[in-house]
Amino acid sequence: MIYELPNTNGYFGRYGGKFVPETLMGAIKELEAAYDEAIQDQHFQNRLQSLLKDYVGRENPLYFAQNLTEKLGGPNIYLKREDLNHTGAHKINNTIGQALLAERMGKKKIVAETGAGQHGVATATVCALLNLDCVIFMGAEDIKRQKLNVFRMELLGAKVVSVDQGSATLKDAVNEALRYWVAHIEDTHYIIGSVLGPHPFPKIVRDFQSVIGIETKKQLFEKEGKLPDAIVACVGGGSNAMGMFYPFIENESVKLFGAEAAGRGIHTDKHAATMTKGSAGILHGSMMYLLQDEHGQIQEAHSVSAGLDYPGVGPEHSFLHDSKRVTYEAITDEEALDAFQLLSRTEGIIPALESSHAVALAMKLAKTMSKEETIVICLSGRGDKDVEQVKDKLNE
Amino acid sequence: MSIVTNGRTYLENELNEVLKKNNKLFIPYIMAGDGGLDQLIPTLTFLQEAGASAIELGIPFSDPVADGKTIQKAGIRALQHGVTLKGIVELLKQERHKIHIPIIFMTYINPIFHYGVTSFVRDIKEAGVDGIIIPDLPFEEQHLIKDELKEADIALIQLVSLTSVSERQQKIAEHSEGFLYAVTVNGTTGVRNDFSDVLHDYLRNLKQFSKVPVVAGFGISSPEQVQTVSQLCDGVIVGSKIIELLQNNDDESIKQLIEAAYRF
Repeated sequence: MIYELPNTNGYFGRYGGKFVPETLMGAIKELEAAYDEAIQDQHFQNRLQSLLKDYVGRENPLYFAQNLTEKLGGPNIYLKREDLNHTGAHKINNTIGQALLAERMGKKKIVAETGAGQHGVATATVCALLNLDCVIFMGAEDIKRQKLNVFRMELLGAKVVSVDQGSATLKDAVNEALRYWVAHIEDTHYIIGSVLGPHPFPKIVRDFQSVIGIETKKQLFEKEGKLPDAIVACVGGGSNAMGMFYPFIENESVKLFGAEAAGRGIHTDKHAATMTKGSAGILHGSMMYLLQDEHGQIQEAHSVSAGLDYPGVGPEHSFLHDSKRVTYEAITDEEALDAFQLLSRTEGIIPALESSHAVALAMKLAKTMSKEETIVICLSGRGDKDVEQVKDKLNE
Repeated sequence: MSIVTNGRTYLENELNEVLKKNNKLFIPYIMAGDGGLDQLIPTLTFLQEAGASAIELGIPFSDPVADGKTIQKAGIRALQHGVTLKGIVELLKQERHKIHIPIIFMTYINPIFHYGVTSFVRDIKEAGVDGIIIPDLPFEEQHLIKDELKEADIALIQLVSLTSVSERQQKIAEHSEGFLYAVTVNGTTGVRNDFSDVLHDYLRNLKQFSKVPVVAGFGISSPEQVQTVSQLCDGVIVGSKIIELLQNNDDESIKQLIEAAYRF
């Protein structure tokens, strides 16, 4: 199977595209051209690789989780340790790449959105490093819940702007970041945090994140001399999953699984299960699966994990869902909290609540797999940020 | 009731009638269902009598990325009143005959897509809608709806911006139907004090490219601005300010805004 998407118009099958106000079209085309040039440029590549190695700390380990493997009694379980990156998650793979692009385009100002603050922190970090002005939009509700991350961003020199429109969460922060970008288009680049937004963002973010899958493939070959039988990653917007899956898409023997957030259950109205419960629609610049009501109004998403709390899912995931190349399963808050504790106890690794969804799905899959098989979990981030919330949840 | 065939041709004829009388176009934007759907026809009637050339009727959407705070809030108020696209279309099917000036929908693409493009176009045709503005459907993505609109003779009004390069401005202008919507600021809708110095050249260029009237919008809020900007093109769209004035029941100021387009 040869996989070459998106097409030149930015489509993955029927998903994707560039559904943005005309004012942004110039900047989007400029970005597309700059990106195509940059990836051919050895100087750009060297700079990116050197920062990924010495600043981010790549390559990070592919760790054989022996205790978890024994505990579950099924396949060999490996963890791709994105949690060990600088700033504690995979987000920085993308922000480094995009900040270098901004620099290359002569844009000295950066705008970004953030939900829980992970992408905001990763953006503020690279802006500090590359001396770029940084404005982060964050929902008023999220600011209340994540005070420490707000302070962290400010410490790094970013300006955090509270968004009180709409539901005052991630979706509204994206709206406001897009509005800000329209108004400051001349000197500002928008570093979107996931495989979302108008073309070429979903492709650019995927490409910068695909270092995850490329390393995994090489590392597992060194350890086991073969491809994994299955890979699991959590999916909110879907950037860690896309980065992990992309290098394996043409390897049809590798089963790919995305864990989306079922929140309090897919039969309640408190979930973020866009694949399981959503339908195709257009938001934030692209066509994708969305949670929406019968009139096409976007609904609020709910998950214990702020990073999965988004009512859409990247256009490429939407395509991979329809084409059945990737299987998406919804994991409840409760299942994720159980996995959070299990991994902490068995391996001494506290995973992010987002990544705990992937761990939970892997635990289910392990029951159906043999001891000869191998499964890789993308451990997209560390859970330090979540311990207070988990403590409250467990006391409920 | 006389039979009026609404649509693109009707819209273009009506706008040309205004321009022939040496007036400029004044197109107020209102949010459908702001204050409840029962307010819609009375508001349209008032604006028509105050001299509006046409109406831009906003359809409320949960995530209006092209709009500033005033229109966002108006949309939320409408949604809180339970206003839906279907409800608006049904009301117009019944009451459209009470309003003779052209009505243009301004809606984001998702409510249309969710409604179903074919049913949407059929229903708004029946509701007497003459044209449509879709702010998040740039030229490249209009394949989603272009053919259906053409078939129904409903004008697909193009938006052009200060950041569109010259060849693109020309291409967009040449394809616009009804009128060309010239976005006057880099930013969202909403009141502004200053306009860019380049506005003059921008609008003059668009006038050269466009076969349909060029109407400027975004940020225009005072009678003086209405006059200044409409001198450079064929007229203006005023949205956020109209919504504010309607909220305050300030009919007098609305009339003054509209009359500013008539002092030529």
